[in-house]
Amino acid sequence: MLSLLAAAPVAQAVAHGPVNPWVALAYLGSGVFFILALRGLSSPATSRTGNRFGMIGMLIAVVTTLVTHLPIKVSCPPPGSRFGCSEYLTPMTDWASLGEILIAIAIGAIIGITIARRIAMTAMPELVAAFHSLVGLAAVLVGWAAYLNPGAFGLLTDAFMLSGTEVSPGATDYVKTQVISPVSKVEMGLGIAIGAITFSGSVIAFAKLSGRMSGSPILLPARHIINLGTLAAIIVLTALFAMAGPAETMPLIVALTVLAFLIGFLLIIPIGGADMPVVVSMLNSYSGWAAAAMGFTLGNTAMIITGALVGSSGAILSYIMCRAMNRSFISVIAGGFGADDSGGASGEAREQRPYKQGSAADAAFMLEQAEKVIIIPGYGMAVAQAQHALREMADVLEEKGVEVKYAIHPVAGRMPGHMNVLLAEAQVPYENVFELEDINSEFAQADVAFIIGANDVVNPAAKTDKSSPIYGMPVFDVDKAKQVFFIKRSMGGVGYAGVDNDVFYMDQTMMLLSDAKKMVEEIVKALD
Amino acid sequence: MDFISILSIFVLACFVGYYVVWSVTPALHTPLMAVTNAISSVIIVGALIAAAAADVPGAKWLGLLGIVLASVNIFGGFAVTARMLAMYKKKEKK
Repeated sequence: MLSLLAAAPVAQAVAHGPVNPWVALAYLGSGVFFILALRGLSSPATSRTGNRFGMIGMLIAVVTTLVTHLPIKVSCPPPGSRFGCSEYLTPMTDWASLGEILIAIAIGAIIGITIARRIAMTAMPELVAAFHSLVGLAAVLVGWAAYLNPGAFGLLTDAFMLSGTEVSPGATDYVKTQVISPVSKVEMGLGIAIGAITFSGSVIAFAKLSGRMSGSPILLPARHIINLGTLAAIIVLTALFAMAGPAETMPLIVALTVLAFLIGFLLIIPIGGADMPVVVSMLNSYSGWAAAAMGFTLGNTAMIITGALVGSSGAILSYIMCRAMNRSFISVIAGGFGADDSGGASGEAREQRPYKQGSAADAAFMLEQAEKVIIIPGYGMAVAQAQHALREMADVLEEKGVEVKYAIHPVAGRMPGHMNVLLAEAQVPYENVFELEDINSEFAQADVAFIIGANDVVNPAAKTDKSSPIYGMPVFDVDKAKQVFFIKRSMGGVGYAGVDNDVFYMDQTMMLLSDAKKMVEEIVKALD
Repeated sequence: MDFISILSIFVLACFVGYYVVWSVTPALHTPLMAVTNAISSVIIVGALIAAAAADVPGAKWLGLLGIVLASVNIFGGFAVTARMLAMYKKKEKK
């Protein structure tokens, strides 16, 4: 502790050397292009241009960095010369080093583009989780690189250190040296910590979403205390790291990194599969904050703007997902939802209630007579790969003069907006696809509500039964429709939340018990 | 840049992000996540700086690895976003 105090910088100059205004301007431009990229997503029509803006922004940022930090080779003078390395010869561009960088970019590009082309749209949540983990890990690597080579990042500031030799009794000599300023170290520590949390958290989310790990929550005893303790330790370590002298920082930053990896892992394992949409959005937000923290370290406008955009984007999406499930963010983070499959409303002693079952021919007949049909797709539809058959059915009905609309619940897929992508892939025109709050009033005029692969999002218990685990979740008012068709594999299975659904037993409901794809194909056949 | 200027940019950008993201149509929330993924890889800037500086080999290799990871994300993120956005079609006029 004494040495820690002795080595503490007592005075220092301003961080971040003079910045070339053109460089700063280029990074600002890059940040503006990123804003435009998100702005473009306000409608499908402008979204493709927006995506191109994003690419331009990235190109500007990369080229600017490469131009200003072109690898430089400095030949050192023979030993014994009176010149130092830096003043001996004019620095030369290090083409080999630039080549390595370009090769690294090319490797990443090949992997990235291959994955992007091959990935199935149903697997989008795990892809996004995997991509988040890469951003997180990259942030950790950059943070560590900045720690190991602060000079290259312009992080060194002049400081006067107590040399430890007493020049006269009671007065210690100072030496001028260069250190990383405490502010930079805090930013660096935060960047590494958030990056590491993003990485390990996303790896777990990826494993759960892709089925490599069970979606059920893993609950450690006293997990809240362990988690809070680890978080507190990370904060303390960051503070110690910031204050420590150059010689003492290494063990602190190692411990900080390890603990941050650990907490990311601990935070996500207790969260159940049903809450993964919130988790993916939350990790999206974290990856943004990690980028922002690194932006602070480097004083880079593009990184700060992007970090703030991505951070707020993920936070808003988490909020939207929580609201759609009527769950508080805190309760999602605390985890454990979907843990007890045995107890409560799911009940072994579910009474047998009468329901009506119909055939594809019955359904086709009534669909033909209808004027307005609202289709409510859920993730079960995507699992059964029924979206193409469904679109075909809608096409046939539209040709017969039936108005067909799709109603999408925010949690219909496994990530925000997932169902919309799945329908778009099946070439459903986006003008026919409506969000919950835009279409819910239309069920009263609908002749048929066609539920396929969805369950909890139409469960009236969410409105009436206070003891239900889904109570308060906004649901579709399908009971207002004249007819309800419910495609379901069997009467046995219940939704994600494990609750019975009164819609099955309504007078106007006809259960179509079959595989979703097969049933829809049969309806299409019967319609011809 | 001094800390306060950087902080100002950050705070203002958070507000911009807030309003811009709320105006994104819910139908495009998945592409939004994919594209934010791609742009958050602007962190590649830091990796490039580390890889370009030859004086500390450890930092250089971390930088190069960072470039690979961020590039996967940049190219993969923009490509998969473009692929998704290409699917969003208007109704064909008959």
